[in-house]
Amino acid sequence: MAVFDSIHLFLQELIGAYYMQLIILVGINTIMATSLNLIIGYTGQLSIGHAAFMSLGAYCSALVTLHLGFPFLLSLLCGALFAAIFGVIIGIPTLKLKGDYLAIATLGFGEIVRIVCLNLEITGGAMGLRGIPKKTNFVWVLLAVLFTVFILNRIIKSRIGRALVAIREDETAADSMGINSTYYKILCFGVGAFFAGLGGGLLAHYIRFLHPKTFDFMKSIEQLCMVVLGGLGNIWGSFVGATILTVAPEMLRSVADLRLLIYGLVLILMMRLRPQGILGEQTRLAPFFSQKIRNLLQKRTRTNT
Amino acid sequence: MFIQQLVNGLILGSTYALIALGYTMVYGIIELINFAHGEIYMFGAFAGLLLVTVLKVPFFLAFFLAMALAALLGMTVEFLAYRPLRHSTRLAALISAIGASIFLQNLALLIMGAQPYTFPSPVEAKVYQTPFFTISRLEIIILIFSFLLMIALTLFIQRTKIGKAMRAVAQDKDTASLMGININQIITVTFAIGSALGAASGVMVGIYFRTVTFSMGLMPGLKGFVAAVLGGIGNIPGAMMGGILLGITETIGAAYISSQYRDAVAFALLIMVLLLKPTGLLGRPVQEKV
Repeated sequence: MAVFDSIHLFLQELIGAYYMQLIILVGINTIMATSLNLIIGYTGQLSIGHAAFMSLGAYCSALVTLHLGFPFLLSLLCGALFAAIFGVIIGIPTLKLKGDYLAIATLGFGEIVRIVCLNLEITGGAMGLRGIPKKTNFVWVLLAVLFTVFILNRIIKSRIGRALVAIREDETAADSMGINSTYYKILCFGVGAFFAGLGGGLLAHYIRFLHPKTFDFMKSIEQLCMVVLGGLGNIWGSFVGATILTVAPEMLRSVADLRLLIYGLVLILMMRLRPQGILGEQTRLAPFFSQKIRNLLQKRTRTNT
Repeated sequence: MFIQQLVNGLILGSTYALIALGYTMVYGIIELINFAHGEIYMFGAFAGLLLVTVLKVPFFLAFFLAMALAALLGMTVEFLAYRPLRHSTRLAALISAIGASIFLQNLALLIMGAQPYTFPSPVEAKVYQTPFFTISRLEIIILIFSFLLMIALTLFIQRTKIGKAMRAVAQDKDTASLMGININQIITVTFAIGSALGAASGVMVGIYFRTVTFSMGLMPGLKGFVAAVLGGIGNIPGAMMGGILLGITETIGAAYISSQYRDAVAFALLIMVLLLKPTGLLGRPVQEKV
């Protein structure tokens, strides 16, 4: 994969290491936000433990790289599958729960994963896991983002996706239409966890140091905010949300102390002014603008008459 | 040994129960997980600390003043962050609550800094020995105060007119407003009471563990929420029971399983209860209308 490295180095030379890092983090966060959007935005299941799947993927892929010497792609795959298995295991019992009860169960699961990672020997415990080789670069992240968005897009536009949306709209009605809602919810949890694990693996081989604190409750909340800010049920929205919430804290570095204060304020104001998110549920930009223009024209004709 | 753990768990649990009450009351009325509640608890601890150390207010008075200030803060948060979102989706309100939580926590960090503060002890340390367990004077005071507050709340909700209105709003908002109940006023009162109870817990935990920090609200906030869900969210006796059950399970888990896993024990208990009884221990099953 020397080609990937040289492309990465060339681009880094072009834009500088700082912006390169930012772009890579935007990419990883996009994977996290889009996969969470499948669970929350499309299927309507409020999960606030997405960072737990990320940490499972991160630790698993880092450990197979460190101890078994797996090649990068294989270790990413291991991490993603490991997270997906847990997604299904957790999904089977908890998805019987509804709404806020599901949310609190996923929160509890996230905390348990964090505490177990903090106390296991193999994960380095409170010392964290060190010495992970740096393998993630721009090209890997780009490929992973494209892969994630492509697969999720295919799922959403297929029979499965329509079933998921039906469950979101009305689970009872969906059930009575012959949709096996439990099966689809578990499937969606598994797929979401798979991509979260992929994002975790990429992060592990990028920051090269893992600590359970990286994947705490606030991380899950941050990912939830990305999804809601961009627009629920909108893959492109998640990309926009991930970009803004990754870049904005960096832009606010000049007011370091006020950074999170502003972050909190923006969330409140955003919900007040545009609760449907920046893009809303509109998946394409073109109809969004054409609708605006049509409205404008209509207004004009109305004033003319 | 076992009885000692039970007593310790009861003390910890009673502070959880006070936090859980705030969550459950708000949830019962507007179905919102008030994420900023942990921060109100932290604010209460700081308010108590500053009143005692800077303004030299006597402890007893500072305790109630901190509760009153926290009630004021709770009402303000409700007015600014939740009321405008009353008719939007629940997720939007939840995100707004998270925003309020992040804002308040970082405001505290900005004003008070990251260092932990030490709460002076209000009573001289004295430990009572009984054949089965030991208990300090402070622990007895915490237990008495918590239970008095819980009894007062129960009486308030069962016996007063406002309490009756609160129960009516929780049951059916539209019908309640048709009966002439001012919904907004009731919601404000609910936030005020919930926040005051949270602050009471904050002050007592601050005194008990002798430390107050800007981030102290996060974990107890989550635990309080867990306690509320354990008992069946929206259910007031359930929150008290859930809090005490959680405290006892946690201390016993820490003593007999592993102290490093004490938080994990709490969350594992939560998931197990939810699996066996999805609406909590005292929660009524929700009838689905089609």
